[in-house]
Amino acid sequence: MSLYRSDRNLLVILRILSALSGAVLILIVGFLLLEALPILNQIGWWRFFSDPGWYPTSQQFNLTPMVVGTLLVTLGAVVLATPLGVLSAIFCQYYAPKAVATVYRRLIELLAGIPSVVYGFWGLVVLVPMIGRLHPPGPSLLAGMLILAVMILPTVMLVTDSSLAAIPPHYWKGSQALGLGTWATVQGVCLPAARSGLITGVMLATARALGETLAVLMVCGNIVQVPQQVFDPVRTLTANIALEMAYALEQHRAALFVSGLVLMIGVTVLVLVSELLQPQS
Amino acid sequence: MNRGTFLRLMPLGFALALGLQACNSTSASNASSKLVLTGSSTVAPLTAEIAKRYEQENPSARVDVQSGGSSRGIADVRQKVADIGMVSRSLNDQETDLKAFPIAKDGIAIIVHKDNPIGQLTEEQVIGIYTDKINNWSQIGGQDAPITVVNKAEGRSTLELFLKHFKLESPNIKADVVIGDNEQGIKTVAGNPNSVGYVSVGTAASQVQTGGTIKLLPLNGVVASLETVEDGTFPLSRSLTLITSGSPTPAQQKFLDFAQSQQVHDIVQEQYFVPLS
Repeated sequence: MSLYRSDRNLLVILRILSALSGAVLILIVGFLLLEALPILNQIGWWRFFSDPGWYPTSQQFNLTPMVVGTLLVTLGAVVLATPLGVLSAIFCQYYAPKAVATVYRRLIELLAGIPSVVYGFWGLVVLVPMIGRLHPPGPSLLAGMLILAVMILPTVMLVTDSSLAAIPPHYWKGSQALGLGTWATVQGVCLPAARSGLITGVMLATARALGETLAVLMVCGNIVQVPQQVFDPVRTLTANIALEMAYALEQHRAALFVSGLVLMIGVTVLVLVSELLQPQS
Repeated sequence: MNRGTFLRLMPLGFALALGLQACNSTSASNASSKLVLTGSSTVAPLTAEIAKRYEQENPSARVDVQSGGSSRGIADVRQKVADIGMVSRSLNDQETDLKAFPIAKDGIAIIVHKDNPIGQLTEEQVIGIYTDKINNWSQIGGQDAPITVVNKAEGRSTLELFLKHFKLESPNIKADVVIGDNEQGIKTVAGNPNSVGYVSVGTAASQVQTGGTIKLLPLNGVVASLETVEDGTFPLSRSLTLITSGSPTPAQQKFLDFAQSQQVHDIVQEQYFVPLS
């Protein structure tokens, strides 16, 4: 098949632009590696998981508590936000009157646009003292999970909503013709048909939760420890970088780039897993 | 404009941009009228105000102030990325390659919530609290409530000075909350009646004046205030410093002289720091 000239030009432009976008990622990973390599060569990977603690100015670089903290905060947020988001989308698509659904969708979009520092500030002055009265100290894993859940809810909701909207209408008609009710159709036909969109939504939300820094920094307490319960403070990898970057020198600075690298590896694993979960077509 | 003209004009645009760029850099290096300052987030707001007045009085001068932490100030000055660095402490023994120009003094005060009945803490009590030997306010005469210990993040100058004063090691501190800058520390303590933390005296005093829900505790019986920092009786103080790598150039010297002069004392006081006399 031969292409028209304008098509060929467009193809070239598109190739260049997509190569550029890909290069950005490669540059970032390359930079992270470059900055982290000196310390990795000096003390190796293993010490980042075997040292007695995280005291970079005293040459101790254990990242494990922060990896655990990051995973727990993210997991908690996703577990809380996914059912809420999916059910909101179902409500919007199949149960709400058209006018209500439109207003509701706009509201959720607005929720997605609120800057994370606003969430963090609200968390610090309202949520944290509330948790503190329930079980001191207040800044905790729980606070981080709740704040992040609110922050990623719009992502889950909006992506699910649009993939439900994209289901061909004859699925719905066919199901009605078989005499199935609304809920039976939703959970038996629509949700499975929208599965790939659903997984994408949850994956995007998880990635956002993993990478969120400021709000987590403000409400989680930032103690480097493996939490025993939801009321214990934790520190995430992102908060670690944000807290210490400004004052870090030499090895300490390189160690922070290693935490960035570990975070990057985490996100990569997440993308791979979601790729495996996608239904093959 | 059609595509042809656009494509023909593009190289011209590039050339223009490059030319302007070249112009810019030569004029800056010839006159040396542009100064770049980077460093401590405590010193940056103060320096920015000083720089504003300096530019007003020297219309040809441009002073660019960027925050980023004391370590950035030191690193940037060493790598010659910045002309002057800002550091919220005095220089230590490993930093003899740098020249220090103190511009103001600041102290570090222990703060608690306003509703906390505790009026003062001895040094032993502070050490006990931060090493988790004392973990309930009732042990030192307060209410029966667990103590929430607020600590600074690793690497911060305030933490360094605090540790040095109380002869503590970072791994021995058992904190409940770790915070970044002073404002975050104050918000955390203000939101939790059972917490204790330490922040810049200047920042804390300004919060108290504007009706914040914190109070400053005296240290060794000395009230934490700008007055005691000024007369040198407050035991935990630090100097806010501008640094250069080696001897300053005339342009740098001119700004440093200005920043150390009487002309900026009102700015220093406005920012709740103590001017050097």
